[in-house]
Amino acid sequence: MTRRLLILAGLLALAACKREQREVRLDPPALDALDQVALMPNGIGGAPPDVLPALGRPYETNAYQLSQGKRLYGWFNCTGCHANGGGNVGPALMEGWWRYGPDVQSIFASIRDGRPHGMPAFKDKLTTEQIWQLAGYVQTIGTYAAKTAAPTRNDEMQSRPSESRGPAGADIAPPSR
Amino acid sequence: MTARPLRLPALAAVLACGGCGTPWQSALHPGGAQAGGLLDLITIFTAVCGIVWLLVMIVTLLTLRRRRAGIEAPLPRDEGTERRPRRAVQAAVATTVVIIAGLTLLSFFVTRGLTADDPQALVVRVRAYQWWWEFTYQDPRPDQAFTVANEIHVPVGRPVRFLLEAPDVIHSFWVPSLAGKQDLIPGRSNEITLVADQPGVYRGQCAQFCGLQHAHMAFLVIAEPPDRFAAWQVAQRQPAPEPATDEASVGRRIFLARQCAACHTIQGTTASGTLGPDLTHVASRRYIAAGLLPTTRGSLAAWTADPQTLKPGNNMPMVPLGSDELSAVSAYLTSLR
Repeated sequence: MTRRLLILAGLLALAACKREQREVRLDPPALDALDQVALMPNGIGGAPPDVLPALGRPYETNAYQLSQGKRLYGWFNCTGCHANGGGNVGPALMEGWWRYGPDVQSIFASIRDGRPHGMPAFKDKLTTEQIWQLAGYVQTIGTYAAKTAAPTRNDEMQSRPSESRGPAGADIAPPSR
Repeated sequence: MTARPLRLPALAAVLACGGCGTPWQSALHPGGAQAGGLLDLITIFTAVCGIVWLLVMIVTLLTLRRRRAGIEAPLPRDEGTERRPRRAVQAAVATTVVIIAGLTLLSFFVTRGLTADDPQALVVRVRAYQWWWEFTYQDPRPDQAFTVANEIHVPVGRPVRFLLEAPDVIHSFWVPSLAGKQDLIPGRSNEITLVADQPGVYRGQCAQFCGLQHAHMAFLVIAEPPDRFAAWQVAQRQPAPEPATDEASVGRRIFLARQCAACHTIQGTTASGTLGPDLTHVASRRYIAAGLLPTTRGSLAAWTADPQTLKPGNNMPMVPLGSDELSAVSAYLTSLR
């Protein structure tokens, strides 16, 4: 009896061994396919590339990809206009209101092609995969539902939990419209 | 079964072979005063601790043998025989205190010299990234300062002061043949000074686990006579040479138009990214990707084509290039001498 319990405990402990996979290299055909976003005629919404759900939407659900996105957010000076999500020259990202749609393919298109009134296009500076990483991270800044994956925490003091850990609505009231 | 007696010596021989390579990264082959001092320290510590260990072992063995003679229990009380062990313990404690104090002082005086501030020193700012090294040679005239990556040259006999910074995680600067370790900690600035007394190529390595590619975070310190160092410095300050062939100039156009220029700087062109290594004179360095591959046109092309296979997890993305584009870019990079 004790032996059976021990074996069961051992099996349960093994369940903890699964570590999130880091996909650091996508096959070139998958990379090409990631660029095929079918936007609506107004450049908003539409469908993400078919390959994205096939890969398991890693740029929204994988902690490594979110962390890489966060790294790019600092590296490519998104903070210069959007601050740490609070907005400055550019609109705020953390209040949960998306001018060009909350879905990740709209955010992807905003970064890749730019938007009117100042948002530059990053397609010559970032690869498609990097734009997806950044889009996935940007989406978490203004998220209203907690996700199971979060990017690395900041070293500085923070007034709220890590992006996508707690819904933004917990400490900021959404704008009434 | 006959093979068993041979197994241990064979293992020892295999281990001993580890010491056979060129000693370009070994604290036991010092190339400068700091490393020499540290080697003396290692030798003295090993000798003193070895002697202490030997004495303790001998006394322990003697005691164990004496027990065998058979002692009646309970022990009869005898002032004479009790005083002897007490004295022995007192003497052992006193010796221990003296030895530890001696070694502490010795260590203090030897390592104190490691951070000595010399106004004549060459000053190099080191920034350690995941997983490569950026070195900026400081100069009172800003236009004379220049940046290189993963390979530095130092003049023989002149102290070099390294200002250590880390923008991402903790790394550690370690050139075993020239000096001890010093950590690079985000948000803090550290320093280490070293002198190379003998010309040569010394290998350095990140000595603090810093992520997936910690093992591939090496750099070279090339110590050379002052005149050759000065010539190298002059060469490194120059902007990148103009492409000599058509293929190389096509390569430059692709480099500047594509994502490459967003992260890399090539002096003399519009490429001015600071997120990746400065490539102005990349082909003059012996290795690429922080000691991963020797610099050849083939390795540069392989790296550009697929960095994530060669060094998984590093921050260089795979930029989709056609075979002609790749060939042109590698021709251009090879021309950056």
